[in-house]
Amino acid sequence: MRANFIFSEVWIGLRRNLTMTIAVVVTVAVGMALLGVGLMINSQVSKLTGYWSNKVEVSVYLCVKNSAFAACKNKNGVTQEQRANLEQTIKSLPDVEQVTFESQTDAYKKWQQQEVNQTLLAVTKVEDMPESFRVKLKDPDKAAAVANSLKGQPGVSNVVNERDLLQSVFGFMDTLRNVALGIAILMVIAATLLIGNTVRLSAYNRRRETGIMRLVGASNIYIQLPFVLEGLIAGLIGGVLAGVILIIVKVYIFESIQTYMAAPLGWDTVAGVISGTMAIGVLICVVASFITLRRYLRV
Amino acid sequence: MIHFDNVTKVYPNQSRPALDHVSVDVDKGEFVFLVGPSGSGKSTFLRLVLKEERPNSGSIHVAGKDLSKLSNFKVPHLRRRIGCVFQDFRLLPNKNVYENVAFALEVIGKPRRFIRKVVPEVIELVGLEGKAHRMPEELSGGEQQRVAMARAFVNRPMILLADEPTGNIDPATSIGIMKVLDRINRTGTTVLMATHDAAIVDSMRKRVVELEDGKIVRDQSRGVYGQAY
Repeated sequence: MRANFIFSEVWIGLRRNLTMTIAVVVTVAVGMALLGVGLMINSQVSKLTGYWSNKVEVSVYLCVKNSAFAACKNKNGVTQEQRANLEQTIKSLPDVEQVTFESQTDAYKKWQQQEVNQTLLAVTKVEDMPESFRVKLKDPDKAAAVANSLKGQPGVSNVVNERDLLQSVFGFMDTLRNVALGIAILMVIAATLLIGNTVRLSAYNRRRETGIMRLVGASNIYIQLPFVLEGLIAGLIGGVLAGVILIIVKVYIFESIQTYMAAPLGWDTVAGVISGTMAIGVLICVVASFITLRRYLRV
Repeated sequence: MIHFDNVTKVYPNQSRPALDHVSVDVDKGEFVFLVGPSGSGKSTFLRLVLKEERPNSGSIHVAGKDLSKLSNFKVPHLRRRIGCVFQDFRLLPNKNVYENVAFALEVIGKPRRFIRKVVPEVIELVGLEGKAHRMPEELSGGEQQRVAMARAFVNRPMILLADEPTGNIDPATSIGIMKVLDRINRTGTTVLMATHDAAIVDSMRKRVVELEDGKIVRDQSRGVYGQAY
């Protein structure tokens, strides 16, 4: 088998169908970039979930005097007895790992650090802050169940499952990922059809050559290889472009978001995603070429 | 060399068979004319030899191989032992004479040194010496057919199939083509030629197999085209 013969055939084929080749390259690049972005969001979400799940707590807020919460109405706040009972109840729950008590003073200090509204800071007193139990769980997935069982206990004003707060962020990212992956799938379909068309055109353009090759007994591989290589090269160029796009996305979008996120997406993940999408892009091109060849190039 | 045993071929969606229980034997080194009107099954016969089609029944042996047992993977190797010439020459318009002939060797992976040696030889054999660098469009029909014959013969096939090779060529030039085929035949290559050309068949006095409606109606050594013409 002579390599330079095959490569000159490939070059001729790519040049003859230049516009189609460009279309394939662009489609593969965009499709694979979107697929990569989807995968990157996916691993970002799982990284964040992993990071936060250990830290997420269930906060059980206790009634203060004149609280607006329905559970505390017309009472003078939580009693000593209620507080002690509650601590017992929480500690007896099987999923609870650790309980810490946050006093009004502690809560006030924390709040003071976070709050920027000066008027609010001025009028709020220590007694306005709620006491709370911060409950750490053995299994973060049980948070909802624990929160529900503590809701409505005497002296409890409100139970906040911090997971619910994160969930809305994760939900948004999940949607983003699904959109990216959805478009990626459409692009992959478009790329497959485009490659099919390109190979078909190519086979038609070279039907004389392939006819003679068949006649003089060139092996099937020899006849088909130039077409498959055309697909492979287009896929490879598209894959490289997709890689470049993904690096840009990582630098300009993920890096800037990461200031708000505790778990940054590492370059190792990005490298994995790029090589993965590139492999998929090339594979799709080669498989699509092969399938079309079987239809349009009788051997 | 070519052995058809009770071969029947029916194309899909056609009630009448293209070949109907045909049995024929062609020995090594023979020169055989396949004659008969259009649609009598001559082309089907040649396509079956090349395993471009499969028979519906019967068995075909070519160059000692049972074609029904030959896997698709090995069909190219069969075709390397069979040269083909057609009425429409089938040359590559963007390659010159030398390149057209060399193409047949390049695509079966022959080394370049071998190609450089044998291509000029075969160009000379078909009588095109000095025209190796002409493009097909600069050649007459007869010369183009000689290029096609050079390409068919360059790999020294055991069998040469010619499907109406003189169909597009005037009678005077056809004689030259037949001389080349005869020369190829004298090297020991079996030649099977389908033709309508009565004058050529009559002048060559070779074996004639006549087909009509897919059946062999005559098989005659040193025959002529037929009384009806």
